[in-house]
Amino acid sequence: MKSNPIAQLGDTGLYVLTDLGRMAIFLLHAFRGMFRRPFRLRELVHQVHFIGAGSLVVIFFTALSTGMVLGLQGYYSLSKFGAEGMLGSAVSLTLIMELGPVLTALMVTGRAGSAMCAEIGIMRISEQIDALDCLAIDPFRYFITPKFIAMLISVPLLTAIFDVVGIAGGYMAGVGLMDVSPGSYIQGMQASVTNHDIRLGIIKSFVFALLVVWICSARGYFVGEIRGAGFGAKSVSRVTTQAVVFSSISVLVFDYLLTAVLL
Amino acid sequence: MTSAIEFKNVVKSFTKTDGSVQYILNGVDFSIPEGKTTVIAGGSGQGKSVTLKLVLGLMQVDSGRIFIQDRDVTGLRGTDLERLRTEFGVLFQSSALFDSLTVFENVALPLRERTKKNQEEIREQVAATLAQFELTGHEEKYPAQLSGGMKKRVGLARAMQLKPSIMLFDEPTTGLDPVMSQEIYHLFARTKAEFGFTSVIVSHDIPKIFNLADQVILLHNGNMDVFGSPEEIQWSDKPYIQEFVKKTMGDIYQSHLVE
Repeated sequence: MKSNPIAQLGDTGLYVLTDLGRMAIFLLHAFRGMFRRPFRLRELVHQVHFIGAGSLVVIFFTALSTGMVLGLQGYYSLSKFGAEGMLGSAVSLTLIMELGPVLTALMVTGRAGSAMCAEIGIMRISEQIDALDCLAIDPFRYFITPKFIAMLISVPLLTAIFDVVGIAGGYMAGVGLMDVSPGSYIQGMQASVTNHDIRLGIIKSFVFALLVVWICSARGYFVGEIRGAGFGAKSVSRVTTQAVVFSSISVLVFDYLLTAVLL
Repeated sequence: MTSAIEFKNVVKSFTKTDGSVQYILNGVDFSIPEGKTTVIAGGSGQGKSVTLKLVLGLMQVDSGRIFIQDRDVTGLRGTDLERLRTEFGVLFQSSALFDSLTVFENVALPLRERTKKNQEEIREQVAATLAQFELTGHEEKYPAQLSGGMKKRVGLARAMQLKPSIMLFDEPTTGLDPVMSQEIYHLFARTKAEFGFTSVIVSHDIPKIFNLADQVILLHNGNMDVFGSPEEIQWSDKPYIQEFVKKTMGDIYQSHLVE
């Protein structure tokens, strides 16, 4: 270890720059893989099934509980001002613009992103990625780009499902358990949600999908080059944790940035 | 004789965690003749596997040039590098089989991805290769269900699919018992006789591996010594080589001294 603090700072700075550089090159390779043949449709379908269909249960229950809590909390807050009729509007806007994209991305990070990172990390340490290189098979076209495309397809669809289930959950809590009228819930939602709000939610879900798949797959891919990760199974477990943490923080930071820019 | 692989003044170093630089290859020159078997030997951490990775473009040199079949391939990237790699077959230390694919799918992969053969042709070629490597009946097994020796055979079968002109073997008998090691050596001799490839073997299994060698390269502290035959090593007057010979070839060394 360098004992001089300035040397340590410089060393860390160089490491961060190198890491960002290789992440950027990784992203370029992943996009380039979309234009290389033969295209692996079967692998893409498999990944959409794993990321999308496989996440349906966790998305459904997260959305339902989030929507129901929003319904109860919203009713409690709005009833103080006699504005219970606004519950549909409050629940739907919160879900479509914020909670739907963010919570979907966080759930997908935990379920599929971590698995993706561990899978690629194990392939790296067991020399399977080197073997692909040596067989003149581009690893990006072969198995990383399909994960990117699958994530970009699955996350927006899961977000849409999250929004619908969450709004239904809000309806169940507000209309079913409290005394909000069904008409005012639906009408409030229809009157307040605009195309702009839906567009914002869709843009967010695409950006979050890209962040999650990029960070999770790149951490696994570079497992041997990440400082402090160690070697072998322990290195895979450490980079997987790191991938989940970095992805989650990135989603939250970009949520704020996108809201500030696009709202 | 034409060179299959040639290193000219190649330098490769790594920066350690304490910031110091370790020279794995410090300006080495050597040539691997076409059609022959070259064994790269040396202690742990002396750069044997790094040398293979430099040949394959999995790592880049700090300075110097690498020639493959008289073509300068130093710093080659992208599709040029991919094309170059079709010249090579590699048997990894760990076999590096794709663990989510069956034996059949592992062996068929290079044909599916790198050739225009149809399913029927691929099936026929893979079946013939599996029979040649005595793997018939194991097509549907996954790598986790195979013994170490079988994994090596599947790895070799996969590496041979595109009929490479140069085969690289990274510790082909590591982790195998003596019987299995012997089997791998026989397999090597048989496939080499059949396909006539240039072979480079990185191995610790000395002196057994020397029985296969036409040339030996000994790595030590970033430098290389090249010997025209395994016998030549024993007559070197360099102290570290004498030490290496005593450690690894003790009995043979002694018997040669007696002769």
